[in-house]
Amino acid sequence: MIEFVLNGRGRRVRVPPMKRLLDVLREDCSLPGTKEGCGEGECGACSVLLDGRTVCSCLVPVVQVRGARVVTVEGLDRGGRPSALQRAFIDLGAAQCGICTPGMLVTAAELLRHARGRVPSEEEVREALAGNLCRCTGYQKIVDAVRAAARGASRDGAAGTSGARAPGRSRAGTARAKRSRTARTKRSRRRG
Amino acid sequence: MKAFAYVNATSERDAVAALKFDGIALPLAGGQDLLARMKDYIDTPERVVNVKNALDRTAAPTSGGGWRIGASMKIVDLLEHADIGKMYPAIIAAATDIGTPQIRHQGTVGGNLNQRPRCWYFRNEEFVCYKKGGSRCFAVNGENQYHAIFGNDGPSHIVHPSSLAVPFVAYGATFRVIGSKGEREVAAAEYFTMPDDELLTHVMLPAPGNVKTGHYEVRYKASHDWPLAFTTVVLAMNGGIVQSGRVVLGAVAPVPWRSKPAEDALAGKPLNEATAAAAAEAAVSEAKPMSGNAYKVPIARTAVKRAILNAAGIKTV
Ligand SMILES: Cc1cc2nc3c(=O)[nH]c(=O)nc-3n(C[C@H](O)[C@H](O)[C@H](O)COP(=O)(O)OP(=O)(O)OC[C@H]3O[C@@H](n4cnc5c(N)ncnc54)[C@H](O)[C@@H]3O)c2cc1C
Ligand code: SF4
Ligand code: FES
Ligand code: FES
Repeated sequence: MIEFVLNGRGRRVRVPPMKRLLDVLREDCSLPGTKEGCGEGECGACSVLLDGRTVCSCLVPVVQVRGARVVTVEGLDRGGRPSALQRAFIDLGAAQCGICTPGMLVTAAELLRHARGRVPSEEEVREALAGNLCRCTGYQKIVDAVRAAARGASRDGAAGTSGARAPGRSRAGTARAKRSRTARTKRSRRRG
Repeated sequence: MKAFAYVNATSERDAVAALKFDGIALPLAGGQDLLARMKDYIDTPERVVNVKNALDRTAAPTSGGGWRIGASMKIVDLLEHADIGKMYPAIIAAATDIGTPQIRHQGTVGGNLNQRPRCWYFRNEEFVCYKKGGSRCFAVNGENQYHAIFGNDGPSHIVHPSSLAVPFVAYGATFRVIGSKGEREVAAAEYFTMPDDELLTHVMLPAPGNVKTGHYEVRYKASHDWPLAFTTVVLAMNGGIVQSGRVVLGAVAPVPWRSKPAEDALAGKPLNEATAAAAAEAAVSEAKPMSGNAYKVPIARTAVKRAILNAAGIKTV
């Protein structure tokens, strides 16, 4: 029996320990929002948040989420209505075929939470989404949507993701987010 | 996936005991490599021992002024570690470029160092090569554009897949391992040719001393990709003169490749462009490319040169 917190609620599953988290979410938890693209860690379509950080659920054995908090795209809405981020994806045409969209949303939600109301630069958004491939949009509309959601959120003074159901932030988490930002910016500079 | 027994180890001793087993037992860390191999029937262990909670996941300073890094530390936690970043910048540079954010969030130091080859024959169930107990290497007469250009005496011609291994060797790290015969420390450079019946618990980094370090990677794509060649240099300085140095290349040989000719070319020389070019030329003088990967030789040369320029603080592209 493996217990974890899924989209804010306790969950227990009786599955083989090396079953892919992706399959457990889709088959055993009836949450088909998370998509499989490559099954090899090379596309990011299967991204979910594991203790607040994106991972490829196609490469994570379910036993390694025991006791952890998992957030899927189904956990990003606001009481059944799209979050500001999801709204921006719809309004700005950031989704075409939609296969990459759940992974993009989850990854962008992580970025916006770390940004805490600040609007991340285009470079930062691209850097944060570097693990998510899209074959349709050419990325620009996705980047625009993420920044539009961040601008909206900075106007409302709220994060672009669900407050209640997203993982809570600790002080240590805040410090880590800051460092993570520095690491990202540093990397962009090196690449620039 | 074939049926196997699962053991959740909660201490180093537990883990060693569980791994001591008549059949095939493999440790599980982040699982990103092991799961992929088991799902594709590349490995069919009879027992999987979860060591993630059994091994140290933190980094701590040592009494000698260095650092020890636990095998269960996540790659992302390593690359965000401010003190390690200050003292060992090449480790952070290597960690930052691994795969994608997602891979770095789940991958551990121990898993990264012990991941199995990415050679496409190895990763295909149909090809039973040396590395899988067979009697030949399919890369020799096959597709070998991403294979080794150094250390090609065989039997295998893989390039070692770990990005972290290279700066660890360059900083003169030792690895703490435990097995049924107890614990010991081995030089990082030796670890990669040892039989894999021990568990890696810590990477021990000595105090770097008065060194200049540089790191440079060449990839096709800025994300998702594996390097074609990369280099870490750690140079002990005496004023502007290189006293001695370690030059270690990655993605070019079956192990992290320490280049003696490049190190000799650096010793006693001023740290400048001419020295960097000469050392890079010396490094590739011993290259023995395969039928399809001679293009990697100039790439390796560039990686060595730019890593040295990087250490010198001279800007490259
Ligand atoms: C798209 C993609 C790109 C990538 N790019 C890079 C890259 O550029 N550079 C790079 O270095 N890596 C790269 N990787 C590989 C990735 O870094 C590794 O798969 C990951 O680090 C493995 O860590 P893990 O903790 O998930 O390992 P696991 O899968 O849990 O373990 C890996 C192997 O090590 C063994 N093992 C685990 N812990 C120990 C231990 N303590 N002692 C002894 N053996 C142990 C396991 O039995 C297993 O065989 C990439 C992967 C993908 C999918
Ligand atoms: S290089 Fe040859 S021996 Fe090594 S893994 Fe590939 S096919 Fe097997
Ligand atoms: S499906 Fe997991 S990374 Fe592509
Ligand atoms: S919308 Fe089709 S892959 Fe991104």
